[in-house]
Amino acid sequence: MFESLSQNLSSAIKSLRGRGRLTEANMREGLGLVRQALLEADVSFSVAKDFMARLTEQAIGERVLKSLDPSEQLVGIVHQELINLMGPVDHSLHLRGDLPVLMLCGLQGSGKTTTCGKLGRLVHGRGRKPMLVAADLQRPAAIDQLQVLGEQLGLPVYVETAATDPVKVCQAAVRAAKASEADLLILDTAGRLHVDRELMDQLSKIDDRMQPDQVYLVVDAMTGQDAVNSAKAFNEALELDGVIMTKLDGDARGGAALSVKAVTGVPIKFVGTGEHLDALEEFHPDRMAGRILGMGDVLSLVEQAQQKFDQEEMAKQQQRLSKGEFTLDDFKKMLGQTKKLGPLNKIMGMIPGMSGLNEMIGQVDAEKDMRRLVGVIDSMTPEERRNPSKVIDQSRRRRIAAGAGVQPHEVNELVKQFDGIADVMKRMSGMGIRDRMKTVQQLGQGGMLNPGARFAKQKKGTGKRLTPTERAQQKKLRKRELRRKKRETRTKGDK
Amino acid sequence: MGILDKFKQGLSKTKQLLNTDIRDLFKDEGRLVDEAFLDELFETLVKTDMGVQAAQETVDDIRTGFRARVVRMEDVLQRIKEKLKSLLAQPAAPIDFAESGPTVIMVAGVNGCGKTTSIAKLGQMFISDGKKVVLGAADTFRAAAVEQLTIWADRLQTPIVTGPRGSDPASVAHRTVARALETGADVCIVDTAGRLQTQQGLMQQLTKIHRVLGKQVPDAPHEVLLVLDATTGQNGISQARHFTDAVQCTGIILAKLDGTAKGGVVVAIRQQVGLPVKYIGVGEKAEDLALFEPVSFVDALFEDLGKSL
Repeated sequence: MFESLSQNLSSAIKSLRGRGRLTEANMREGLGLVRQALLEADVSFSVAKDFMARLTEQAIGERVLKSLDPSEQLVGIVHQELINLMGPVDHSLHLRGDLPVLMLCGLQGSGKTTTCGKLGRLVHGRGRKPMLVAADLQRPAAIDQLQVLGEQLGLPVYVETAATDPVKVCQAAVRAAKASEADLLILDTAGRLHVDRELMDQLSKIDDRMQPDQVYLVVDAMTGQDAVNSAKAFNEALELDGVIMTKLDGDARGGAALSVKAVTGVPIKFVGTGEHLDALEEFHPDRMAGRILGMGDVLSLVEQAQQKFDQEEMAKQQQRLSKGEFTLDDFKKMLGQTKKLGPLNKIMGMIPGMSGLNEMIGQVDAEKDMRRLVGVIDSMTPEERRNPSKVIDQSRRRRIAAGAGVQPHEVNELVKQFDGIADVMKRMSGMGIRDRMKTVQQLGQGGMLNPGARFAKQKKGTGKRLTPTERAQQKKLRKRELRRKKRETRTKGDK
Repeated sequence: MGILDKFKQGLSKTKQLLNTDIRDLFKDEGRLVDEAFLDELFETLVKTDMGVQAAQETVDDIRTGFRARVVRMEDVLQRIKEKLKSLLAQPAAPIDFAESGPTVIMVAGVNGCGKTTSIAKLGQMFISDGKKVVLGAADTFRAAAVEQLTIWADRLQTPIVTGPRGSDPASVAHRTVARALETGADVCIVDTAGRLQTQQGLMQQLTKIHRVLGKQVPDAPHEVLLVLDATTGQNGISQARHFTDAVQCTGIILAKLDGTAKGGVVVAIRQQVGLPVKYIGVGEKAEDLALFEPVSFVDALFEDLGKSL
């Protein structure tokens, strides 16, 4: 998400880093790069202009230029300005009355129907009984699409196959919902161009008759400079309550995401991050700003982990870990849990300092690697899984490799990797979440310098470096001890 | 007024004069090309989505060519337009038809860019040219995508090959070509599921469909058209690049050009990936497909430029 903007911004900031004191000219040069990064990311020209004006005013000031680390200060200012640009967001759906209505609108192909399904799933998960309304009578088979989604989600869909007037369909849907036990309506309207007077009038009419509690504009994240034109037009026709940004899982540069709030005053409430129906997330400007600046988004990661990990299983593992037990079976379970979070590179991007790693592993198919690892573990006996480095000899290794369809050296690599991880896991068992993240981060950075080693076993420090005299003293002590032991065995032997 | 002020006033006139190019001394209309002018020009160019790089190059070109001169907007525009028109120039015949047997056309693009509608429009165009068309609904992923194309096939009264939802799209593609061979069709158009260009697995699937299409007809697919939403910004470049890497696209259908978006990103795509635009979509009806004409496209790109400057 937003990789290229993120990269361009960091290189702009990097150009200022390590220069010590900055002059105004240096700073302006760096700011020029920031502006270019924004424009290349499709941020609306006028938004970028205002943004740069605010940024420049602060960055050129004495306080920043004379500070000890101006580039850090600049990052802070950009971060804050990005948050101001996209926020604040109120995520509540404001569902009032017996039968609140949510309405989705947008251009063709922005993802309204899919989002309708996702939103239905989301509110259903919060204990509501939504009914989806197929008010898109324009596009062939749009109704079928919503019906299929409804079936997949187990949600009722209100459909009139031969209807021509979406207003009537919506009104009939209200009656149908009242007759059933549904307590929330989500209207999927037809995609339309904002310059199409007739269809925009139709939309206002639906808005007028239905009085929806919330109207959301669905915007494709890949939209260019035109995003603000259409958002403005829709907002004028309907008074939007929020924006849902879709297709953010690609390499969209996110300019639309940055511009929409500034132009319409309507914040992004949700973002679609995948084709599957659970891929709708709340939008947090502060976290997004952090991600854009490569600061990571630990909060979202932790939230997701809490939602998706099997809590019971986690507790069990935690207990075993605190006893110092960590076997290949646990490792396998851990891999399974991580998989639930989504693609590995998505997770990496959320850990501070790890976004750079993504680029490196970009071509490596991490998922495939994980499947291979699981295959190797599955080919081991319970004893081998408990104690791989001690039990697995050459012949066992050959057997396991044959069973998993890999080369014997890959088994060896797994065992080595496991040793490293087990070590880390045992150390982490006593830590809080923050320290754990730090450890993972250190691991990642170690890996970046030395990608071949992956999870190498970490050397443990003594915590203290001895002076030569102390070392000599210790040597003396050891020798004395040795002599004492020798003496004892001798006296024992005499008896 | 003191003598000094008068002197100053006189000087400021000289200053203006000194900043004026000798060629423009006797012009009484037009504007001075200064940084403010160039900034405005840059803004208008960026707003067409043609990309920062291309916009900067154009502005630099104007800067060296016209700096400190007083110009009429038309002259500057003319120069920019000429450059873009020569960049976008391409052979007139958009589709490379097979010498014998069916011409196989594969259509790909990201989610919601307008693939299925564009296929219907292509079908309509070929049919009205008197050609026999077979459609293949190889989008077996999205809910009701097959139904959508089937409805279009009914409207166009043309045969369609479908597969159950979730089945292998390559097999549908294969059967579509087989059907075209059987029935002696002239053109066979294969729809594919929308996918973001960053989804490696799905892009590999697309490569497979491409490969399978060539199994029964040599040199097939003859055309691989990338459908691009005209509202797309700089991400269009990444789309063009990744799809071309996966399935060797031969051209672009620029859909949804009937809104306010100008689709200027195709300029950047042409510059960086070399992919030409073949058709433009200008409405929701089956006949709303037009041949791409660089001249009128470039003119439309700067339609409101004259007004704003």
